[in-house]
Amino acid sequence: MEDISLHILDIAENSIRADAKTIEIIIARDFEQGLLRIEVIDDGRGMDAATLARVRDPFFTTKHKKTGLGIPFLSQAAELTGGQVTVDSGPGKGTRVTATFHWAHVDRPPIGSMAETILTLIAGHPDREYIYEERAGDRVFRLDTREIKNDIENVPINTPEVLAAIRNMLKEQMKFEM
Amino acid sequence: MAKLTIADLKKIKEEYHANQALREGGFRVKITVHMGTCGIAAGARTIMNTVMEELAKSDKKDIAITTSGCAGLCSQEPMATIELAGEPPVKYIALTEEKMRRIFTEHVMSGKPVKEFALVQGHETTY
Repeated sequence: MEDISLHILDIAENSIRADAKTIEIIIARDFEQGLLRIEVIDDGRGMDAATLARVRDPFFTTKHKKTGLGIPFLSQAAELTGGQVTVDSGPGKGTRVTATFHWAHVDRPPIGSMAETILTLIAGHPDREYIYEERAGDRVFRLDTREIKNDIENVPINTPEVLAAIRNMLKEQMKFEM
Repeated sequence: MAKLTIADLKKIKEEYHANQALREGGFRVKITVHMGTCGIAAGARTIMNTVMEELAKSDKKDIAITTSGCAGLCSQEPMATIELAGEPPVKYIALTEEKMRRIFTEHVMSGKPVKEFALVQGHETTY
């Protein structure tokens, strides 16, 4: 993966396959500790202990194929910077993937375009709800598709005009767009 | 919370309701962009964005877009599947933005599959 926003898209797609209704994505820059923390939290079906124990194994997957590289790729990227990935999950409890990166490490990938990641998720699966939050010190940006859907009433959120409006809003207000 | 502006919303709602009358219910075309780890690493998000752009330009209301997982042909990513109502789906491989735009114009809009970019016609299972 070229950048962190693509890793996030990949992990969020796992949430979609796990039938999550709501997916929360948080990117937080901690200036004091020099860390970048990424969280993807879903209310999908979750994993049992045996599955959870193997999520870092690239040759483990729950699907009918031979590899499962999403979490291993993210772990590798985080660990290269001295950070790590933790996955908390339980059957029926959803899943929380947390990745930390050392911000100033030479191997930290760029954040990339979170706007494209969020729009891809909304356009591809408009029936799910997405909460996206960026924190950089005291500055916070938050997008919640439940509020947008409330504002647009009965217009579908994946209507091109709505997607274009969301794209503009993200471009103007997001902190981490690079 | 970031908000869309009132002017934005009003315009969007009015346009949507004006166009709603034109829509006959159901979708004529379904575009699926494969968004597994392999697809994403190969550039599927750019393909998805291209589809969103073309869809906005086309002004069509009967085209659905979605994403799926890995189809087991990771080396051929980015891939997309185009399904026209009543016709077998066509799977396109090794996509680029340019190829996707041509597929949109010729297949999605005019109903003529772009054979040179296609892998195969027929159904599949995605995981």
